Amino acid sequence: MTAMEKKDPFIAGICIPAVGEAGKTGDWSDLKPVIDQAKCIPASKNKPACFLCWLYCPDAVVTMTIPVTIDLDYCKGCGICAEECPANAIKMVRKVECDESL
Amino acid sequence: MSHCELITGNEAAAYAVKLVKPHVIAAYPITPQTSLSEKISLYIESGEIKAEYVTVESEHSAMTVLISASTMGARTFTATSANGLLYMHEQLHWAAGSRLPIVMCCVNRGVGAPWSIFNDQQDSFSQRDAGWIQMYCRNNQEIIDTVIQAYRIAEEVYIPVMVCYDGFILSHTMMPVEIPEESLVQEFLPPYTPHTEISPESPKTVNPVFFPWRRENHEGVLCDGYMEKRYKLQDALLHSADIIRRTNRDFAAMFGRDWGGMTWEYRTDDADIFIVGMGSLAMEATVAADELRRGGIRAGVLGIRVFRPFPCREVADALRGARAIIVFEKCVSYGQTGGFSTDLKAALYGTGITAPLHNYVAGLGGRDVKARELTEAVEGSLTAIDGGDGEHKTVWLNCFTG
Repeated sequence: MTAMEKKDPFIAGICIPAVGEAGKTGDWSDLKPVIDQAKCIPASKNKPACFLCWLYCPDAVVTMTIPVTIDLDYCKGCGICAEECPANAIKMVRKVECDESL
Repeated sequence: MSHCELITGNEAAAYAVKLVKPHVIAAYPITPQTSLSEKISLYIESGEIKAEYVTVESEHSAMTVLISASTMGARTFTATSANGLLYMHEQLHWAAGSRLPIVMCCVNRGVGAPWSIFNDQQDSFSQRDAGWIQMYCRNNQEIIDTVIQAYRIAEEVYIPVMVCYDGFILSHTMMPVEIPEESLVQEFLPPYTPHTEISPESPKTVNPVFFPWRRENHEGVLCDGYMEKRYKLQDALLHSADIIRRTNRDFAAMFGRDWGGMTWEYRTDDADIFIVGMGSLAMEATVAADELRRGGIRAGVLGIRVFRPFPCREVADALRGARAIIVFEKCVSYGQTGGFSTDLKAALYGTGITAPLHNYVAGLGGRDVKARELTEAVEGSLTAIDGGDGEHKTVWLNCFTG
């Protein structure tokens, strides 16, 4: 073992499979999904139904709960949930409104 | 008891594989490696090697199988040549970057185009920067001994090792070889322990995307980014020179054969003319050195056993008193000069060694190189150098260049 190798338990590209192991990856995005719970099918009908956002989310940050929640710490802002929502209950909005003049 | 057998280079390599008892072997036949993978298949069929032999459709897959097996703690082996090695190229980087102690024989052969099945060292030379240790053998005894050493080196520093030897010249030529005693090999080579435990009880994510910056893991600990991981490989490769030297000393103490560690020398004590080379060509140069000495020239040979990590210390020490350095090499850095001499010149920069260096690109695609021709080449170089010409020079030996 060299001195460099003693500083880190992993000498190769190996990680522990755990939430947050790669950092809070939600900060990559500049768009975030916002749910209108009045339109969202599970919330408005108070029934475990639809959940297409949960099904399609490629990052598994959507919960299959009433109401549906999205973990913005890890949401990449791809917008697939908004695209798939049959009730148009999800809108993608800018996290920080940019000054258009800049 | 150890005993002596008359065997080819490929049979010597297969015998070494039998002695180190690997768990997983995957190889795809290619000339001149084929008789090695055939011999290993026979050993597995007869039960003399108790390993899983994974038949694959390509060299790329062969190395991929070994990467998976080695990650989980299996001792592994493969062998290839020329275009098979090139087809494996991507996975060579994965094996080294994953720090897996895979051992592979490269039975050196010229690469296409145009097709050649005959010997030179362009194949392994072209994989120089993949992060592997590269060792070159000069005879069949060194092949069996080096494969055994390669496992101990690889498993200590967690870097894969390529054991290179010349196709046909060694792979298909019989020589008397002393077979090391199995119990001594077991004593010399402790069991392989992977650098990271991976199991259902201790799951890991292997080789996810690494970003340019360092990152905090889920516990908030600042961990390596891509660049730190690559630096670790470089640091370990440079450090491995010490392990290679020690392993050679330990092997010599146990088995009675000293292959020199990083380099070897022949009649260099009072030499001022140094012939430098790798593999069987350097062995041929020892005959040339004898002939030159009969003519009153104090010639010696510096043989390169380990090409990566580069033996900077050894070459600077050996060539300190050189009046002329003559390199014979079976590889080319296209667009520059001979492959090996390029690295040698880099290693000598700043050492104060300023002797003229002539390099001869020789024996490409199996073109025969005789000791007499090496002798004449050295004499020709000395005529120019003694005549006051201090320039470096590159010559393609025995080649019609117009």
